[in-house]
Amino acid sequence: MVTLRNFVGSYFDSNRLTTNDYSWKPKDQLPQSAGEYPKEEGEQLSDTTTVTNYSRNFPMLLHDGGDDPMDTIRCVACQICERECPPQCIYIEKAYDENGKYIKSPAKFDIDVSVCMSCQICVEVCPFDAIVMNSQFELSTPDRFGGLLLRRDDLLKSNDYYHQIHPEEAAARDQKMADEKAAKEAKKKAAAEAAKKKAEEKAKAEAEAKALEEAGEKGKEEDSGKEEAS
Amino acid sequence: MGPHHPSTHGVFRMDVKLDGETVVDLKPVFGYLHRNHEKLAEDMSYLASMPFTDRLDYFNSMTNNWAYALAAEQLVEIEVPERAEYLRVIMAELTRLVNHVSLVGFFVNDLGALGTPLLYAFREREKILDLFEQASGARMMCNYFRFGGLRCDVPEGWLDRAREVTDRFPKFLDEYEQLLCENEIILSRTQGIGKLSRELAISAGITGPMLRASGVAYDLRKVDKYGIYDRFKFRVPYGEEGDCYDRFMVRMLEMRESIQILKQALADIPEGDIMGKAPRVFKPKPAEVYGRIEGPKGELGFYLIADGTPKPYRYRVRPPSLINLTVLRDMCLGQKIADAVVILGSIDIVLGEVDR
Ligand code: SF4
Ligand code: SF4
Repeated sequence: MVTLRNFVGSYFDSNRLTTNDYSWKPKDQLPQSAGEYPKEEGEQLSDTTTVTNYSRNFPMLLHDGGDDPMDTIRCVACQICERECPPQCIYIEKAYDENGKYIKSPAKFDIDVSVCMSCQICVEVCPFDAIVMNSQFELSTPDRFGGLLLRRDDLLKSNDYYHQIHPEEAAARDQKMADEKAAKEAKKKAAAEAAKKKAEEKAKAEAEAKALEEAGEKGKEEDSGKEEAS
Repeated sequence: MGPHHPSTHGVFRMDVKLDGETVVDLKPVFGYLHRNHEKLAEDMSYLASMPFTDRLDYFNSMTNNWAYALAAEQLVEIEVPERAEYLRVIMAELTRLVNHVSLVGFFVNDLGALGTPLLYAFREREKILDLFEQASGARMMCNYFRFGGLRCDVPEGWLDRAREVTDRFPKFLDEYEQLLCENEIILSRTQGIGKLSRELAISAGITGPMLRASGVAYDLRKVDKYGIYDRFKFRVPYGEEGDCYDRFMVRMLEMRESIQILKQALADIPEGDIMGKAPRVFKPKPAEVYGRIEGPKGELGFYLIADGTPKPYRYRVRPPSLINLTVLRDMCLGQKIADAVVILGSIDIVLGEVDR
């Protein structure tokens, strides 16, 4: 009896229809099938399969747009994330210009995604908001060493892309960065003002000291005058 | 039996000596999934071990995180904000639902009802995992707790979705109870099978639903009152016989209590901060602490020794699965081989936690 009821119920009770979001919709509103997997190399399913805005998979590096992403890459190769990554799957080399000067960007930035465990610790420790989590998951490859080692240029993604996949988080991060920048500028301004004030005070103090000294000298002169008089 | 046997919940082997179909001796063999978790943790910063705790008992990453955070918070005395405390309770109780619901599914699977009941249970579990994904970004390896709070706040509308899931859950439980609790096959296969006496359970250090099924109403949520569990009204179900049926029923009833806690927590969760004042560099003074919680499988504890560096000197996990497994031989002796499978299922082990 119970079994029968459940059997019938499984067709009509909306709570129990596992696909209840779609079941009574017209055909063109149904989600498209994901297609065959894996597809041709380089082809992505991501426009047909949906992942939620919150899911995370592997890290990516952010740049702020522009023709050459390396001009606006946020990462400064400080290597904090390399040190903190629990399974140690990040490898960074700093970039130097011809004169051997460190130019604050990574020459190499590799993440071995066969080791990465998607823990997001690197995102948390990065002080420059340079690394965030991607939600792309179609990374299967026949080459299990080279293919799963993501290079800097594979990891580079624009901030716009970040806004596309994690709108809320990206907006919050931009807000935070803007706040921090504003705070920094305010601090700079305050520091400049303080320095100005200090300079003024110093000048004032110096002037006062000078005046005092002069007065003292005068007094001395007077004293000596008195002495002479006596 | 094993290590690759559908009933062994992972990679686990039992050396069973049989007389006909009766078990006369049994020796569990494990360690196939050993990942050197404790020793690894001694060589990395405190925070870096947090994602590894997810992988202990991979059904219950949220509660594992909590136990570890609880231990580490004692080292540096961080105040956890109110909202974070509520969210922690909500996550922990959702985890308990996930664990028990999958346990019931697997248990019925072990009894021979292959597939269908398990998938019914997984359908409910999936709804909760969706909630986890929205909050933390991952379904199973959540890595959501931090020393002093949580990694981030839940997104907008999450609490409403959680309320909806909580409200719908009892309906599923009703259905399951109707189908299973008085099912003739289940009764005859589980009642009187694998009895664990009260005395043995206590002296072997058994905890969690297994201990309660043997008639000891001991629940760390009531005993320690860690977090804010003293604010919620809930009962602690316990059994009498200590057989497989009691262990199964204790979990069914515990799910109802979890829903009670969830309802209360979701009703009075306040607004506010999510992270307490944690030091930027986690470098505790030399100390020795033990943090424990009532995980869905039993007492999960983390024992840490700090020596003034950013890495723990000693890091030890008290895994409920492993310690509950120690009485497997005592419960199986004299039973049939088919019952040994059921008994193992009723212990509720996860090999990630047994082997670490
Ligand atoms: S997500 Fe975790 S494991 Fe992966 S690169 Fe970042 S820190 Fe390392
Ligand atoms: S990603 Fe961030 S933490 Fe890592 S090297 Fe670049 S700037 Fe430093």
